[in-house]
Amino acid sequence: MGQADSTSATCNTDDRRNLAWFIDKAVQVLVFIAGISAIVFIIGIFVFITKEGVGFILKSNYALSESVFNLLEDQKMPEDQLDAITVLEGKKFSTAEDLLKAVEGIIGVEAAGPYKEVLIEKSHDQPFHVKSFFTSPKWAPTSEIKPVYGTLALMVGTASVTGLAMLIAIPFSLGAAIYIGEFATGRKREFLKILVELLAAIPSVVWGFVGLSMLNPLIIKLFNVPIGLNVLNAGVILGLMAAPIMTTIAEDALKAVPDRYREAAEAMGATRWQIIFKVVVPAARHGLVAAVLLGVGRGFGETMAVLMATGHSINLPTSIFDSVRAMTATIAAELGEAAVGSDHYRALFTLGILLFLITFMINLSADLILRGVRKE
Amino acid sequence: MFDASALNIRNRKVEGLFRILFMLMTGLLILPVAIILAVLAWKGGSVVNMTFLFTNPTEGMTSGGIFPALIGTVWLVSVALLFSVPLGVAAAIYLSEYARDNWFTRIINLAIINLAGVPSIVHALFGVGAFVLFFRFGTSILAASLTLGIMTLPVVIVSTRESLQAVPMAFREACWNMGATKWQTIWKIVLPNSISGILTGIILEVSRTAGETAPVMFTGAAFFLPQLPQSIFDQTMAMSLHLFVIATQVPGVPENLPYGVAFVLIAMVLTMNSLSIAFRVYLRGRKKW
Repeated sequence: MGQADSTSATCNTDDRRNLAWFIDKAVQVLVFIAGISAIVFIIGIFVFITKEGVGFILKSNYALSESVFNLLEDQKMPEDQLDAITVLEGKKFSTAEDLLKAVEGIIGVEAAGPYKEVLIEKSHDQPFHVKSFFTSPKWAPTSEIKPVYGTLALMVGTASVTGLAMLIAIPFSLGAAIYIGEFATGRKREFLKILVELLAAIPSVVWGFVGLSMLNPLIIKLFNVPIGLNVLNAGVILGLMAAPIMTTIAEDALKAVPDRYREAAEAMGATRWQIIFKVVVPAARHGLVAAVLLGVGRGFGETMAVLMATGHSINLPTSIFDSVRAMTATIAAELGEAAVGSDHYRALFTLGILLFLITFMINLSADLILRGVRKE
Repeated sequence: MFDASALNIRNRKVEGLFRILFMLMTGLLILPVAIILAVLAWKGGSVVNMTFLFTNPTEGMTSGGIFPALIGTVWLVSVALLFSVPLGVAAAIYLSEYARDNWFTRIINLAIINLAGVPSIVHALFGVGAFVLFFRFGTSILAASLTLGIMTLPVVIVSTRESLQAVPMAFREACWNMGATKWQTIWKIVLPNSISGILTGIILEVSRTAGETAPVMFTGAAFFLPQLPQSIFDQTMAMSLHLFVIATQVPGVPENLPYGVAFVLIAMVLTMNSLSIAFRVYLRGRKKW
């Protein structure tokens, strides 16, 4: 008996599953759930946008459009029958059979017989056409006659504004990063870094307001153009917005170059600028490319500033003084007006899917480039 | 023998030129923003006073104050913090204390980077699809704050993870040797030693959240509401959206009024940021290890 007691006592001391152990395990599970939350949210974002938008891509209707009427006329359908079925014009059916039944209901099964083929095969009407979605410059989702969903002008708008912004931001932010990272020292360097960080914190709606109320009259006055809300305005604003972030990341990349590189070059008799251009910048090139990529991503996704500063008119720009419209701004301006579940509403979510995929690719490549650096 | 050769002098001249060039570039980056801020402060400062801050907008938002928008932003930020701070800190604890360096952790990191990189309007679409429609919160503070919270989650995770990792390994090892469990070590040693760094990140998040416009536009912020929100299921006004509305949507707004709103908004954001930076600099000076 005594032996058994002592065995169980030993077991109890060996068994660490007391309250603290259980709490420890519970916490481990909880923080793991929190840890994967970022993945859950990213997947959630994709799923929910796709859920709302995919209906637009896959949706197919059957309706008597103008082309169907023309075909029926070609097939010598009598005038009175044509007139009778015009009541169905624009009405949408989910299957071709429903449409056929509706036509038969009006003009009779016998009369509809010869036109069965046309009605079933030609009445297919799809709001989303892959080709026109990407190549048509016309975005007219609220048109009463025939809504058109072409994103070419929006993509060109976004690209032109982002492109101009990068032309401004890349040289300045890389120059600033080199100055802060390689030339400035001590307090001056700390001060500049903090200043750049503060600049990055200015909200985008304030930038949009600056474009609207300060840059707009300035551009009108300087260049003598009728409207100051254009590619130039939004490009400058976006450039000023993206530059601090790019500066910070580029400066980090320069800082990551080991000091022994610099010392070795100095020992060879290289001057400061030779060290920077022949040693430090080439060694940090991956990080600098990543900084530029993240700046592009930021420009692509910026919403409020481009909504307020581009002029928001659908246009294929021919000069930097043309107003344009960006993809993000289109969603922001139109989502409030589009009825939930309508084609227009779904088309905006489809734009969202496109934006999500583009920025995902940009972030992924920036990450891969940066990871490549860390492995080296 | 060590006299400066012609080459040396030329090199030094080139270096000087480059130095000045880069200094100019840095200056040109900062100067326009400084001018913009000065104009905002000058034009906006003339409007801002106690009555402006504490009264309702009147006459179709063409005069009066910004009180409901100010309170609305406080609501939105608070609810967003309630959601994202515990989640973000827990996620950072997992990444810093539990996660191994493997493909799974890399995917989590990639997700965090992407969460920060997804355009704000896409977050807004997500908020509408998920919180407003699917979970049936309607356009409410809850839906808007959840959207904001998810959007700014990476800020909390990244800054908390950094400050957790700054706690030396020896602290943890000493605690484990005393027989403490992993959680006891985190709770009693790691968190108290990094709490100030975590706070810095939270202040930074407050400033980010307060300035966001697109994510709240369709999820919970209204153009104009005369009354203050009573619960998280009400709509509210917000500073950022208010600036957008009176700058673009309302005719006949006196010129200086939007400047006043912009000034208050930017003062809020920059104060928070400066606070966070000052806190960080102070901590760096005080750190014992």
